[in-house]
Amino acid sequence: MEPVIEIEKLVKNFGRVRALDGLNLTVAPGEVHGFLGPNGAGKSTTIRVLLGLLRADAGTTRLFGGDPWKDAVDLHRRLAYVPGDVTLWPKLTGGEAIDLLGGLRGGLNATRRGELLERFDLDPTRKGRTYSKGNRQKVALVAALASDVDLLILDEPTSGLDPLMELVFQETVREAVARGATILLSSHILAEVEALCSRVTIIRDGADVQTGTLSELRRLTRSSVVLDADVAPDELSVLDAVHSLTADDSRLRFSVDDGGMGAVLSVLAGRTVRSLTATPPSLEELFVHHYGAAADRSGSDGAGRGAGAETTRKAAHRA
Amino acid sequence: MSTAFAGTGRLAVSMLRADRVRVPVWVLVMVAFVAYAAGGIPAVMGEEGLQARAEVMKEPAGAMMAGPGYGIEDYSIEILMANEMLGMFAVMVAIMSLLLVVRHTRAEEEAGRTELVRAAPVGRYAQLTAALIVLVAANAAVALGMGAALVGTGMEPVLDAWVFGAGLGAVGLVFGAAAALTVQLSSNARAASGMAGALVGAAYVLRAVGDAQAPGGSVLSWLSPIGWVQQMRIFAGLRLEPAWLAAGAVVVLVSAAYALAARRDVGAGLLPERRGRANATPAGRTLLGLTARLERPRLVWWAVGLFVFGALTGSLAGPMSEVMREQPQLLAVLGVDPGDDDAMANLVSEAMGMFLMFFAMAVAVYAAAAARGLLGDETACRSELALSAVMPRAWWLGAPLLVSLLGSTALLVVSGVGLGAGASAAIGPAAVGDFALAALAYAPLLACWAAAAMLLYGAGRGSAVLWVALIAAFVIGMYGRLLDVPQAVQDAEPFSMVDAMALVGGDGDWTPLWVAGIVAAVLSAAAMIAFRRRDLAA
Ligand SMILES: Nc1ncnc2c1ncn2[C@@H]1O[C@H](COP(=O)(O)OP(=O)(O)OP(=O)(O)O)[C@@H](O)[C@H]1O
Ligand SMILES: [Mg+2]
Repeated sequence: MEPVIEIEKLVKNFGRVRALDGLNLTVAPGEVHGFLGPNGAGKSTTIRVLLGLLRADAGTTRLFGGDPWKDAVDLHRRLAYVPGDVTLWPKLTGGEAIDLLGGLRGGLNATRRGELLERFDLDPTRKGRTYSKGNRQKVALVAALASDVDLLILDEPTSGLDPLMELVFQETVREAVARGATILLSSHILAEVEALCSRVTIIRDGADVQTGTLSELRRLTRSSVVLDADVAPDELSVLDAVHSLTADDSRLRFSVDDGGMGAVLSVLAGRTVRSLTATPPSLEELFVHHYGAAADRSGSDGAGRGAGAETTRKAAHRA
Repeated sequence: MSTAFAGTGRLAVSMLRADRVRVPVWVLVMVAFVAYAAGGIPAVMGEEGLQARAEVMKEPAGAMMAGPGYGIEDYSIEILMANEMLGMFAVMVAIMSLLLVVRHTRAEEEAGRTELVRAAPVGRYAQLTAALIVLVAANAAVALGMGAALVGTGMEPVLDAWVFGAGLGAVGLVFGAAAALTVQLSSNARAASGMAGALVGAAYVLRAVGDAQAPGGSVLSWLSPIGWVQQMRIFAGLRLEPAWLAAGAVVVLVSAAYALAARRDVGAGLLPERRGRANATPAGRTLLGLTARLERPRLVWWAVGLFVFGALTGSLAGPMSEVMREQPQLLAVLGVDPGDDDAMANLVSEAMGMFLMFFAMAVAVYAAAAARGLLGDETACRSELALSAVMPRAWWLGAPLLVSLLGSTALLVVSGVGLGAGASAAIGPAAVGDFALAALAYAPLLACWAAAAMLLYGAGRGSAVLWVALIAAFVIGMYGRLLDVPQAVQDAEPFSMVDAMALVGGDGDWTPLWVAGIVAAVLSAAAMIAFRRRDLAA
């Protein structure tokens, strides 16, 4: 099936700042695609290019097979967007803002609109300027989710939502997927990503560094092992797959590359093993691993970016 | 291509809805003023008064304040309206129009709402087009309202009365179109309205100087859109040709705006944004230093504008003294011997000093905007951030107030120096210092405007009252005698209380200055107290 979003080697400059530097992203129909990366990585910029709000400098971008800049209006009939920072019209009520946005799209599903207002516990009669941050966010969410579209583009849609509302959000996204929608979700909330996303793309410094299912990504990261066995530390630390080994009392702690566990186990064969726990990387570890290299560099917010991206990407894998 | 306009209708409807009070108020105020002036002036002035007025308006200084003077030989109320009022209304309509366009385009974009709207199936040109539709609607209302007011008060010929209104609408369209262009250039709504406002100022100065140079205006008058409508000779042998200039300007400006809008990113301007420094300079770490730095660009633009206008006004001193020499009876009444150069210079310098009051009024616009930055900070929650750091609330108002006072004082001096420099050819080099000193006499009064702005902000009120007061002071100062405003009200008009030139001459009354100073201090203190007591808006 033709991908809903297909981005290849996308480049976007803001003056001398290179915000996107050869980014690739493919989103298949029906998928909830997590779009992750550290602050300033270029997620919002990519989304704005997809929405035809920004003009790409190089590369190809296809949305439903069309050009997001030239065919913006036709493409937008099939999508809805929620930004991470919603500004409302100060004098329009939340309900009026929802209807204005829906009206521009040619109408909303009225039943679902009412239902969503209820579930998100949003009072649509208050004026835009009197809403709290989370409630502004809900206004945009209701407007987007109440429209019958094929694609939802969500840029940190739940920033400011409380945990209860976060759960409501996750439910509504699953329902949208059940209706056949595709979703591109940029988020810093890992639990949300884990709960919703079938695939994720991690970007850094304007380029994609990893893409795949969460379990595929996990495999790229080491598991941590705690071992209590009759074995000398040196016997394990000589193995290529074993890293950062420390010993305390009777326990050994180390991390093992994916696929390296067999080598560890063959060393242990025939020894007394009192306990062995191997933990796959947590989401946090996974992201720290992939985000890490960018944080190490000073002025990461788009500064001094360029040919270095490729080398840092490799460095991240070695780390 | 047609999809580029998708959504225009809906956007236009919501913009019209947002403006359903604001625009009618603008129009009604202007219509009411026209109706009052048209009805009141003839009754007050009578035939002889009108002719006396015409004599004043024939002089370069009169032409500068009013217009090119078509039909002035036979001054009637119709001709007075076209000669003296048209230019002022043109400025009002221009400002209304440029604010309207910026409000619906760049301000929306800067706030981030355009992004939300454009993610819906809304074309690239939709927002601009909708704003232009609202612009046309507003100016149609101006045209019809003003035309109807003139016809209703019995002005003849009726066709000219309608053209009066239509001409004002045309000026509005030109400056609205100019704003449509400036909003493409800057990513900042304030800068965009500033640029368009500077164009209005430039247009007024061009026609002022042009009209002063020769009866019927010089080529400079024809460079100004405000000049075009005055050149239509309304009520004095109507000619419609200048309207083509306005139409051409609108077409060019709007085309340029569309061409730029098609190419640019949402949220971006075409003027580049520079990167700033990573750390604040030592001055930028104090509130005072920071306020001063943020104020600097605005101050510089004001200073340049005032100096140029001052110098141009001052250069009229030469023609003015010639006109006076040609009126021996007048000089005899004043007891000045036309051969006595010193006495003549004094006379001219006194006449020029009258202009200082208008410059002081212009600077009052600057002073009254003293709290504008604060208000923006508060809505953007920067105040919350700063006041949660260690920052006494009083100083939060005090620093900008101080910067505003110093800024207004500097602007007064600049206007005086400009006026003096322009006039020095006719009066002598001492004029520069004299006018600069005389201008300073308005400083306490301007402190009152700035402090009043702070008080309104401190109390959490809008500043509309202040602008109304400023416009009232301007109208009374300029047209008070013409409109037969009661003498008590005229006397209460603060700007005319200050007798700046006399103070420099050494025989003026200092009382108004002291009083103004005390009032300013009281208002400032009240502002700080009020601000300490109220909630910050979210
Ligand atoms: N209008 C702009 N002008 C200049 N630089 C910009 C502009 N918009 C974005 N950038 C830069 O482009 C880079 C990517 O920004 P972007 O907003 O896409 O990051 P992001 O991944 O969405 O970050 P966050 O997680 O903080 O939302 C940053 O370095 C940012 O400074
Ligand atoms: Mg972002």
